[in-house]
Amino acid sequence: MSTGSNGSNGSGNGNKPIVEQAISADSEAGSAVSGKVAPPPGQMKKADFVSDQEVRWCPGCGDYAILNNVQKVMPELGIPREKIVFVSGIGCSSRFPYYMNTYGFHSIHGRAPAIATGIKCANPELSVWVITGDGDALSIGGNHFIHAIRRNLDINYILFNNRIYGLTKGQYSPTSELGKKTKSAPMGTIDYPINPLSLAIASEATFVARSIDIDVRHLGSVVEAGARHKGISFIEVYQNCNIFNDHAFDYFADRSVRSDNVLYLEDGKPMIFGKERNKGIRMNGAHPEVVTIGEDGITEADLLVHNVNLADPSVAFMLARMEQPDFPQPVGIFRAVERATYEDLLVDQIDVAIAKSGPGSLEKLINGGDTWVVE
Amino acid sequence: MSTVIENPVEHFEKHFEELEAVTIRFAGDSGDGMQLTGTQFTNTSAVLGNDISTLPDFPAEIRAPAGSLPGVSGFQLNFSSHDIKTPGDQPNVLVAMNPAALKVNVPDLEDGGTIIVNTDGFTPENLKYAAYSSNPLEDGSLAGYRVHKLPISTLNMNALKGAVQLTRKEMDRSKNFFALGVLYWLYDRPIEPTIKWINAKFGKNPELAKANEIAVRTGYNFADTTEVFTTHYTVKKANIAPGKYRKITGNEATALGFVAASQLAGRALFYGSYPITPASDILHELARHKSFGVKTFQAEDEIAAVCAAIGASFTGHIGLTGTSGPGVALKQEAIGLAVMTELPLVIINVQRGGPSTGLPTKTEQADLFQAVWGRNGECPAIVVAPATPADCFQMAIEAVRLAFKYMSPVFYLSDGYLANGAEPWAIPEVNALPKIPVTFATDPASFMPYARDQQTLARPYAIPGTPGLEHRIGGIEKQNITGNVNYDPENHHLMVRLRQEKIDRVVQDVPPVEVCGEKTGKVLVLGWGSTYGSISTAVERLQSEGKSVSSAHLRHLNPFPANLGEVLAGFETVIIPEMNLGQLCTMIRAKYLVDAVAFSKVKGRPFQIREIVRKVEEYL
Repeated sequence: MSTGSNGSNGSGNGNKPIVEQAISADSEAGSAVSGKVAPPPGQMKKADFVSDQEVRWCPGCGDYAILNNVQKVMPELGIPREKIVFVSGIGCSSRFPYYMNTYGFHSIHGRAPAIATGIKCANPELSVWVITGDGDALSIGGNHFIHAIRRNLDINYILFNNRIYGLTKGQYSPTSELGKKTKSAPMGTIDYPINPLSLAIASEATFVARSIDIDVRHLGSVVEAGARHKGISFIEVYQNCNIFNDHAFDYFADRSVRSDNVLYLEDGKPMIFGKERNKGIRMNGAHPEVVTIGEDGITEADLLVHNVNLADPSVAFMLARMEQPDFPQPVGIFRAVERATYEDLLVDQIDVAIAKSGPGSLEKLINGGDTWVVE
Repeated sequence: MSTVIENPVEHFEKHFEELEAVTIRFAGDSGDGMQLTGTQFTNTSAVLGNDISTLPDFPAEIRAPAGSLPGVSGFQLNFSSHDIKTPGDQPNVLVAMNPAALKVNVPDLEDGGTIIVNTDGFTPENLKYAAYSSNPLEDGSLAGYRVHKLPISTLNMNALKGAVQLTRKEMDRSKNFFALGVLYWLYDRPIEPTIKWINAKFGKNPELAKANEIAVRTGYNFADTTEVFTTHYTVKKANIAPGKYRKITGNEATALGFVAASQLAGRALFYGSYPITPASDILHELARHKSFGVKTFQAEDEIAAVCAAIGASFTGHIGLTGTSGPGVALKQEAIGLAVMTELPLVIINVQRGGPSTGLPTKTEQADLFQAVWGRNGECPAIVVAPATPADCFQMAIEAVRLAFKYMSPVFYLSDGYLANGAEPWAIPEVNALPKIPVTFATDPASFMPYARDQQTLARPYAIPGTPGLEHRIGGIEKQNITGNVNYDPENHHLMVRLRQEKIDRVVQDVPPVEVCGEKTGKVLVLGWGSTYGSISTAVERLQSEGKSVSSAHLRHLNPFPANLGEVLAGFETVIIPEMNLGQLCTMIRAKYLVDAVAFSKVKGRPFQIREIVRKVEEYL
């Protein structure tokens, strides 16, 4: 029983008492810390963000590209390394914090946004990142996903979407396409998939973006823009699981078809895509349609011009609903608007309370209410 | 004796009688304002210098159908000229605003007790709702009691008509204040504190304030001038220890205790919570104390509430989450994470009747096992429990102290009775409260995330923002000292034992359990949590009769005080009264191999003194 004291030695590490083993630092492995203070922000390099832990993802996993990109972006942000915290839930992607030489918290399934909320509220100066997967964020953590986003904490929230459960070896996920055959759905899934961007926008996200693991340069720019956004930055990254869902995104992301099947959203620019740069998106009444420039008298001027700053999320939502094969798969920044952050409002209320009545006095607090004196 | 109301006549000569203690129960519809009436009577009595103890008893439904049995709301108050620790076994006086309130509460009233009824509430419809086949005010069924039949609604309405600009319905709502005025006269209490309170509370609605004030005054004057009551009573000041006092409920004391702990530790308090009965008042109270830097976070669910608290702990705040039993069930995985990552965390569980939704507004102590063992894996946590409403303040400070010192989650087990019950609190000197030391790691050269303090086995506390201490923690097993992910079987075996040993060592910080009475004898009554008042009063009563019985009360439940085994060994029989089926008893039997006797009561109500007396007598 656990209330009992355990005086026995058990086995292991010779016969040293357990307490002695705990205190003597004779471990053969490296430590979870670098033991070094990072160079000043301006002088940091990617290597300063690489931890000493061996990366344990499957060879060929899309996670490597994302890790590499995030590590590359870090020095660009000019944030002191000790002020950065990566938080994750459970799943392959959630091992991410172990590989970043920053503060890190590998938490429990689905709960990373809630842990990150506590961290950001406690110290709004920290740069807080949530790393999650499609199962972690949208199944078990669906509730936290919605609420962390609507509160608009200044957190960078990257969802690795591989449309499969990898760590548990190949069950369907909430983003798996309808009818997909997996170990847990041998006759095909009957769950209709969720669209992460739609849900993020519906949850009042102030920054919504999407990129692709193998599109390295684009991914880096989206991550950097998200990090610079003040408020929640939600980024979906299509990530290939080469073991359980290989080639899942080839139909639009493969180099051979990408320029025809992917629409790169750019703020202030008309929505043009295609190898020949002659396809575009035009509004036809309330609906978008794909048109060809030069056909039927269509010119660039007819195309929808992307504007990330629209207060009304309807266009961003419409873009989030566009999918192959009817439309090109849009990537880039869908929406970037400003709204007060939760942590700022939280701290403001404390400041207002202190301005109004002075810093709290414990003496006054416990002596409050009706009191009486017994002589 | 029943009374017929005549028009008020000239002032009668009334008798004064002195009483030592009185227990009153106010009962009515949940919309009748009985909690408020009881609270006002309590506050006034406390300020007068009586010792007090209260037991609110209200339904889970906010407004069950008017007049129905499930809609009855009660508030029991014991006030006394001597030291009391319980709200009283049996009311001496019952105030019943309708037939349902009478029906639910009469069985608890002492033989020959006083009943004050609002006869206006005894309509045929209400009698039917309460399943009375005949009117108990007329059929003689209350013959064993002294019944005062007052048309409270009518009297109150007559006083208000023309005096205030309110609808009939609004005017009728102040009838509880009329009843309060009657009781104030009957027990010789001043009405001024309540009138002051009314004007502060309803200041924005002067007509309502006026109505309530008139109601109290009229009730008081009515009792004074009519011949309904021939005697009124006085209960003198209690002879309690000198000092400054205030009345406090367990939930208030809990909230203040954690604010105090934050000040004593010099660390901001973060409270993550999801509304749940009977814990929500702690959230309400803490949300008012932003000037202390308190950050309250009303989360989307129980899990988010605890996870955010863990995030705040990781970042150097006091991470606190509060809930009741069903909420703890949801939080347990995250509490396991805090055990694994060895972060300070305090979990308040204001226990209520279970399992599942159970009895949301009633008290119970059935979450002890849940706190000690309710997680996956070998997952030890510290468990403490306050014994009285006022003790909640001290134990909140104690919980935070242990959480930081041992880098561990600490369960703080309150319950519905402590939460809503009230007693006078001797306000402590702020300077006399112990500081809570919190030390952060800062030296990159020597930092190892899972190296341990030699005395406590606590790991170093390194918070984000500290240069050179960047490190990663998580729920996967940690390598001893380095904190790296590690699956080695020997390492796991070691870490499991280290986590247990760390909690076992908390015993060095646990004061020895005190025995009230002789150190040896026939019976020891051992308790924990809110049973303190009933147990200690029962044992003192038996001791005054020369019986060989002692009592001991545990405020630390994991680990137990070091001297507990020795204390238990001094008695022929150990009786453990609990509002569960014997959870502490099972732990005591398992750890100390003592043939302890479980005395269970799981009715959503605290033990009565006489129940414990009777049980002990069986073993004397």
